[in-house]
Amino acid sequence: MVYKLVWENLKHRPVRTLLSSLAIGLGVTMMLTLVGVSEGMFRDQEERTRGVGAHIIIRPSGSSAIGITPPNINERLVGWAAEQPHVQQATGVVIYPLGGVSTVHGVDFQELSRMSDGFTFFEGGPFRQTQEAIIDEYYAKEKKLHAGAMVKILNRDWRVAGVFRGGKLARVMLPKPILQDVTATTGKVSVIYVKLDDPSRTAEVIAHFKQTLVDYPIYSMDELASQFSVNSLPELKVFIRVVMTLSVLFGFLVVFLAMYTAILERTREIGILKALGAGQAYVLGILVRETVLMAVIGSFFGIGMSYGTKWLLGTFIPASFPQAIVYEWWPIASGITLFGALLGVLYPAIKAARQDALESLSYD
Amino acid sequence: MTEPIIGIRELRKTFRSGDVDVHALRGVDLAVERGEFLAIAGPSGSGKSTLFHILGGLTPPTSGTVLIDGQDLMKLSDSGRTNLRKKTVSFVFQKYNLLPTLTVGDNIEIARDIAHAKGPIDAQFRDVLEILGIHRKLDRKPRQLSGGEQQRVAIARAIVNHPAILLADEPTGNLDTENSSLVLDLMRSLNERIGQTILMITHNPEAAAFAHRIVQMRDGQLHAV
Ligand SMILES: Nc1ncnc2c1ncn2[C@@H]1O[C@H](COP(=O)(O)OP(=O)(O)O)[C@@H](O)[C@H]1O
Ligand SMILES: [Mg+2]
Repeated sequence: MVYKLVWENLKHRPVRTLLSSLAIGLGVTMMLTLVGVSEGMFRDQEERTRGVGAHIIIRPSGSSAIGITPPNINERLVGWAAEQPHVQQATGVVIYPLGGVSTVHGVDFQELSRMSDGFTFFEGGPFRQTQEAIIDEYYAKEKKLHAGAMVKILNRDWRVAGVFRGGKLARVMLPKPILQDVTATTGKVSVIYVKLDDPSRTAEVIAHFKQTLVDYPIYSMDELASQFSVNSLPELKVFIRVVMTLSVLFGFLVVFLAMYTAILERTREIGILKALGAGQAYVLGILVRETVLMAVIGSFFGIGMSYGTKWLLGTFIPASFPQAIVYEWWPIASGITLFGALLGVLYPAIKAARQDALESLSYD
Repeated sequence: MTEPIIGIRELRKTFRSGDVDVHALRGVDLAVERGEFLAIAGPSGSGKSTLFHILGGLTPPTSGTVLIDGQDLMKLSDSGRTNLRKKTVSFVFQKYNLLPTLTVGDNIEIARDIAHAKGPIDAQFRDVLEILGIHRKLDRKPRQLSGGEQQRVAIARAIVNHPAILLADEPTGNLDTENSSLVLDLMRSLNERIGQTILMITHNPEAAAFAHRIVQMRDGQLHAV
């Protein structure tokens, strides 16, 4: 029965209820979008790394598993690696940061294509000349590029030779020798990808590599993939926590204001309930239920709006911020917001519960 | 003689507003028998409403004894006085005081919910709804009803939990003559049919005439008429 009153109260002020719920939902959306973008970028990175088709990755000495590394592996190590037992193929890649989240990769296209079982081109094809680049579909969409167009990278103009299906190593690739030349890193690579004739021998081959390449971080593909998560980026964890705190604060403020005005205009109603024998807990319960209901509605809005941000990001900047929908975070984000909302209703609800029934009933 | 349902002795209530003391009740003595229909008349500001608020536990007395259905009001805690309103004492006000967002039926249901009443409405109360003439209007919102109808809903809500005492504070104060006599007729018939104890405040001598007995409040004291 009390839920009817709660529901009618919310319906009585539809605009306030709607706006409050939307504002509560914004907190949910903030969290879901941040987590979704983080997760989306990790998944995308993992997919592209797996797309190379390698089993083992050799990174420069002193580097961590993820993050951009300066090209300082001697390129001759690629040839050495290719000759080791059970190695089918090895290829070196140069990675150069472009600022922000984007990078450009210098590759030997023929080697990379063979290792990754071939590229699919939507437009054009592989680069044939030195001043050519290939880009993936997402980069093409974000930058509105097509085969034959010119693109400026590292202050030079490159012709887009082809647009390929994403999920292969990188979004933007240049011929390796020219990138080495432009960035003055001739004879060096950033990463060596190694493909084996028998994947079950991965651990064995890594152990063998480590005997010679003592200082080099060497990972199996699975080890590397497990690094693509929030846990490997403490800064991101802090950032997510900041956004969580903001959401709690947001829910708190919205509900505090909404409920505070609600009880001011409902002094008479509260007086009536008390005259009927409602105790403090009953009055408190009504306002808390209203808040929970509003937070639940807000969470639905928030989840809905996170699909909206996914669409926006996916439409306008798909290469930079691919957003995933992370279902596990639906209850977490909703719970955090509910917590903020309950903090917000606390003071108004206690004030209402303590209100003197006669204040509103006797003076008319 | 059975024990009176209300026994008041030397009841005083002093309000302190700012630096002045307002002596709203200055030694009230009253005994009300079970099943009685009592009218309380008297000029505005004489302390009638204050007496009702004390009886309903909405405000504590300053001194004196008040026994309601065997309970000593002075000894009741805050929650004890809340419980008093759930089961023992109920109010009808001049302003009908219905919850505007709820239907008539839900206004009655919420009173049952507050009093933890279980199960469906009993047959006797269905008859009461019919007597009150609102049994066909349970789905309406209060604003869709006339003042007289709203007051009859307020009466229904007040007695749904079978309170020992019904306190009606100027129940016809906002009603025209026709609706007033309807409401007064109904209160008397509730009193006669189900033995409802009723205390009614009224300015109107014609209204007071519906009661068994009339007492007069003057300057915070009750006098027999
Ligand atoms: N909460 C209050 N604070 C201060 N004075 C009050 C309060 N309630 C009533 N009074 C005063 O007590 C006196 C009696 O009021 P009331 O019981 O409402 O009279 P009646 O119902 O007979 O018109 C009045 O002088 C009124 O101003
Ligand atoms: Mg009065």
